[in-house]
Amino acid sequence: MTLFLQQLFNAAALGGVYALVALGLTLVYGVMRVPNFAHGGLYMLGAYFTFAGLTRLGWPYLLSLLVAALLVAAIAALMERFIFYPLRDAPHVQPMIAAIGVLFFMEAAIAHPRVFGPEFQTMPSPINTIVNVGGVTVTGQRLLVIAASVLVVFGLNYFLKRTLTGATIEAMSQNRQGARLVGIDTNRVGMLTFAISGALAAVAAALIAPINLVSPSMGEVMNLKVFAIIILGGMGSVPGAIVGAFLLAFAETFGGAYISTDFADVIGFAVLVLVLALKPQGLFRRSA
Amino acid sequence: MKRVSWGWAALLVVAALLPLLRPSGYLLDIGVNIMIFAMVAYGMNVLLGYTGQLPLAHAGFFAIGAYTVGILTLKAGWSFWLAWPAAVLLCAALGLLLGLVAFRTRGDVFAIFTLGVGVIIMLVINKWDSLTGGNEGLNGVNPPAGLEAFAQALGLKLSAGFYYLALVSLVLTVVAVARARGSTFGLSLIAIRGGEDLARSAGINVYAHKLRAMMFSTAIAGFAGGVYAVYIGFLGSAAASPAQTFTILLYLLVGGLGTLAGPLLGTALMYGLTQALQGLEDYRFLIFGPLLVVLVMFAPQGLVGLWLRERARRAVRAQGRAQAQEVNRA
Repeated sequence: MTLFLQQLFNAAALGGVYALVALGLTLVYGVMRVPNFAHGGLYMLGAYFTFAGLTRLGWPYLLSLLVAALLVAAIAALMERFIFYPLRDAPHVQPMIAAIGVLFFMEAAIAHPRVFGPEFQTMPSPINTIVNVGGVTVTGQRLLVIAASVLVVFGLNYFLKRTLTGATIEAMSQNRQGARLVGIDTNRVGMLTFAISGALAAVAAALIAPINLVSPSMGEVMNLKVFAIIILGGMGSVPGAIVGAFLLAFAETFGGAYISTDFADVIGFAVLVLVLALKPQGLFRRSA
Repeated sequence: MKRVSWGWAALLVVAALLPLLRPSGYLLDIGVNIMIFAMVAYGMNVLLGYTGQLPLAHAGFFAIGAYTVGILTLKAGWSFWLAWPAAVLLCAALGLLLGLVAFRTRGDVFAIFTLGVGVIIMLVINKWDSLTGGNEGLNGVNPPAGLEAFAQALGLKLSAGFYYLALVSLVLTVVAVARARGSTFGLSLIAIRGGEDLARSAGINVYAHKLRAMMFSTAIAGFAGGVYAVYIGFLGSAAASPAQTFTILLYLLVGGLGTLAGPLLGTALMYGLTQALQGLEDYRFLIFGPLLVVLVMFAPQGLVGLWLRERARRAVRAQGRAQAQEVNRA
């Protein structure tokens, strides 16, 4: 029972991080209809920027996190402007390949010996309190991850549903032409969505990095997982991404604990293969 | 014979005579590698260039072909000449399995799904120690029986024997792809690329054609993998990595999607360039990454595509001039 509760707690923290990364990806897909393969790269950059802020500049954790989020948001917006926007009418294969090129460039840039180098690095944890609740070890960092991801998800929901700018994103993902007809500046919304997705990925990375290690290839693994999540949840669906994120986190954590840790990273794909074989549209089919 | 066929024939004669000129081992090695990876690019071209689906598991199938040959020859004592066709069949069968699930999805999801499958293949190869040797890989895959004798009969070294093995394989691949491209099957694939719904309304069984394209494509990857296994003699799971898939994708894009000469030209050019830039290992993807982006943005049709377009434009201009002359005469 203790092991079960411990896993439950860990899975909740992991699910929160997955949800943040997957939300950005699904928003971008909803608005631009393009799977951004470079999303994992943005996540990785977020981790390294936070890492640099903490260790090289000696900034406090929160400041590093915010600066990283802003920087990554700016990079994502530029990416939209210079790559995805010009390719918006090209066959989908083209922006996908371009995004792959960006991902590889980002990884190579970070892994370059003069930048950070290819090796794994540990990020110092800002919160070191450990609480023991009935045999369950609750680390401060994981609590922070859960609290912050819940906060961000609710904030995002408020933004999308209750503010005018947020509603434009929702409108554009429902119907691009319709959105333009009612006077929405679709260019601005495209950039904004990319910026938000970048910021979400960076925040997620900054939150989880003190628990895991940072490495230039961390984005690749995350990429696959969040893509599995948004396919599971239905591409472009916001609630689908959140549910998918927690499903994957639970499957991985419990699969890793009770079956084999070697294959924890691919359990998500086993689930995905199963779901796609049964329901090719994902669990939450988006009503178009 | 058309002019294009003469070009291929001339290229083949030059390539076949090359080892007789006793080039350095380094040059032969580059030649063999180019031919092996060009084959994988041809396989990918069947799906991406002709059918319009982006498959991202091809390095995985390449590695499955290579490991099948490695395992069957090393652990089961099979001859290469039996293990090689077995590897091709296995890759085709696995391609069918992948296609059965993956083609239930379309476009974007298909690419993501196959990328995931590619990573799973790499992880399985990396973790299945008892079969694949895991992290340490498989060492000492022997050259095919008779290859050395064949090379000696020509008065050449074993490396030249490998060169001819790769050349014959590449020729088989190009001929198979060219024939498929010219057949009703190939035309159906191109119709699918143009628009799935339109192809379906024209009476093409889209799902079945995609499955056949997938099997053909993964079989070619496995075919190339078999040659790679005996040539390199050492197998590691890195052969299955997504980075390998993307490198081949780059070769294909540089050469020209959906063209017959593109995969070979792109591989020769980019592999040659990579060898020339060997000292810049750290910078490789710093250059390749932006290159991919620039290519899809400004020259998505690749070098062969650019050339074909230029030729078409010239033909149109010549036609226009001829028409103008006729009008003048009348």
